[in-house]
Amino acid sequence: MKTKSKLLTAPYSIWMVVFIVIPMILVAYFAFTDKQGSFTIDNVIRVGQYSNVFLRSIWLGLLATAISLLLGYPFAYILSKTSFKTQNVMIMLVMLPMWMNFLLRTYSWMTLLENNGLINNMLAALGLPRLQLINTPGAVVLGMVYNYIPYMILPLYNVLTKMDGSVIEAAQDLGADYKKVFLKVVLPMSMPGVISGITMVFVPAVSTFIISKMLGGGANLLIGDLIDMQFLGSAYNPNLGSAISLVLMVIILICMGIMNQFDDGEANEGGILI
Amino acid sequence: MTSSIIALKNISVSYDGEQVLKNFNLTIRDGEFVTLLGPSGCGKTTVLRAIGGFVSPETGDVFFNERKINELPPHKRAVNTIFQKYALFPHLNVYDNVAFGMRIKGKSNAEVKKTVTEMLELVNLTGYSHRGISQLSGGQQQRVAIARALANDPKVLLLDEPLGALDLKLRKDMQVELKKIQQQTGITFIFVTHDQEEALSMSDTVVVMDKGEIQQIGSPTDIYNEPENAFVADFIGESNILDGLMLEDFKVRFAGHVFECLDRGFGKNKPVDVVIRPEDIDVVSPDASLIVGEVTGVTFKGMHYEFIIDIDGFKWLIQSTDFQELGSTVGLSLMPDDIHVMNKSEYSGTFGDYSTFSDEMEEDMLLEETAEIGEGGDEN
Repeated sequence: MKTKSKLLTAPYSIWMVVFIVIPMILVAYFAFTDKQGSFTIDNVIRVGQYSNVFLRSIWLGLLATAISLLLGYPFAYILSKTSFKTQNVMIMLVMLPMWMNFLLRTYSWMTLLENNGLINNMLAALGLPRLQLINTPGAVVLGMVYNYIPYMILPLYNVLTKMDGSVIEAAQDLGADYKKVFLKVVLPMSMPGVISGITMVFVPAVSTFIISKMLGGGANLLIGDLIDMQFLGSAYNPNLGSAISLVLMVIILICMGIMNQFDDGEANEGGILI
Repeated sequence: MTSSIIALKNISVSYDGEQVLKNFNLTIRDGEFVTLLGPSGCGKTTVLRAIGGFVSPETGDVFFNERKINELPPHKRAVNTIFQKYALFPHLNVYDNVAFGMRIKGKSNAEVKKTVTEMLELVNLTGYSHRGISQLSGGQQQRVAIARALANDPKVLLLDEPLGALDLKLRKDMQVELKKIQQQTGITFIFVTHDQEEALSMSDTVVVMDKGEIQQIGSPTDIYNEPENAFVADFIGESNILDGLMLEDFKVRFAGHVFECLDRGFGKNKPVDVVIRPEDIDVVSPDASLIVGEVTGVTFKGMHYEFIIDIDGFKWLIQSTDFQELGSTVGLSLMPDDIHVMNKSEYSGTFGDYSTFSDEMEEDMLLEETAEIGEGGDEN
């Protein structure tokens, strides 16, 4: 019995070792070695020079996550109260952009936001002054929210639809008005969804590079861009790139650790947790 | 007589064009234990929801202490509900569940603590304060739900099939406990069930419902001994329901013979339904009896035997502690007080010679319930 189950898990174990464990070790190896392959902590120390990039990435990532939550929660909540048919159609619409290529979606925002883009042309036609839309932190956050909000909505929608209606009735029955029902019952019970939504938006947002490259211009360099540059760009330095990746990973792990503290071990209530 | 605490006047409710309650009228006295009894889909849960404020009736009014409360939202009503599946808050522990209502009302921590402790003691859950809900058994969750509702000091407690999910033994215990709590607190209980035994053993008043209408209101003994129509006779306990003719007061003809009975006021030569409870019939020797038949079925039920006796093609159900051989010929003896005469109703003839209706009904309900659980929805 035991050998059989071992045999069954073998392909997965091999896959995980080859494509997850070994690459991680390689990243760590590169981070702690120089070009000649001898041990050094210089790379990690040099990461400190880019603390402003880290701060900007985290700040924009947090902003995008907060906006996604503020927009996504009411949407998911209202959606969970509508008819089954409406829910299906709306969820389709939420997911539809995700089936379109990521680059294409971001390019289309460029054409909208450019100095000679659709929005500015419309403003000009109305006799209003043109605005600087593209190449701003705002454009980067917009791109993040636009691309990642489905990952916020879906886990929230998931917990909210599974919520037992009689529990809400019980709260009303015990004297809670709509506001209290929401604050004391709906919100706490949907925390697993909130947590996984935040994680699933924050993690990709903080490490993105395409969005900032396309919508942020050169001025809004993020960690992702920095890493990209170390491997493919002008500043070719895989050792530094690995060190930055490692530090980023540690930061994300810490963030997730903090998030899970709020979760109270109720992860089994629904939602998708990373 | 104490005053009415809840009154429903001409309530009509329909869901998706289907009428669930038709011109429903019910008055409940303060401190009473009232049971709404009926098969699934008869509208009994809807009555509770109308009182709780979760359903607004299309027509008619709901009164609480003689004050109209139609427009009052659930959280402002002085009634509390124990929901079918308890509906405890999964993110809170036992203590916080019970404290929920009082905290909403802004009671002081000391007061909350005192009441919660009292309530947990009342439902025998002292020491469980810090348990999570998922760590409790069904019976314990049930008791937390009771404590949570009672902690709110309701004037009326609504109980929506609260024992439905418990096993038989636990259910019997909880019946006794609930009855005790009701007597201790003096709170008006409105209890919904489809279990006739539960209804008879707990209630002061039983309201038998079917198809959104009241079939009969009365004390458990009235309901059992003096059923109003064939539906009530059959739903409450087992019965043989026969076509009869009321010849005159105290004289009824059925099964080919004239019998003396205790009923009167039906007029002369009036077609009626006659109810005879299976346990009221005495088995005697064939020579000493008007009614003679052949035993065609014997089932051992533990406390007694159940016989099916074929009398000129009609099948009677009889319960007796004395064994009879299958195929033997027996006589049946009826005393005047064994015979109960009812007016004909829409249910006449529905339930055959002897009726297996109750058993079928239970099966139907089991099926329906599983379907309901599958849909995760409430009754009605």
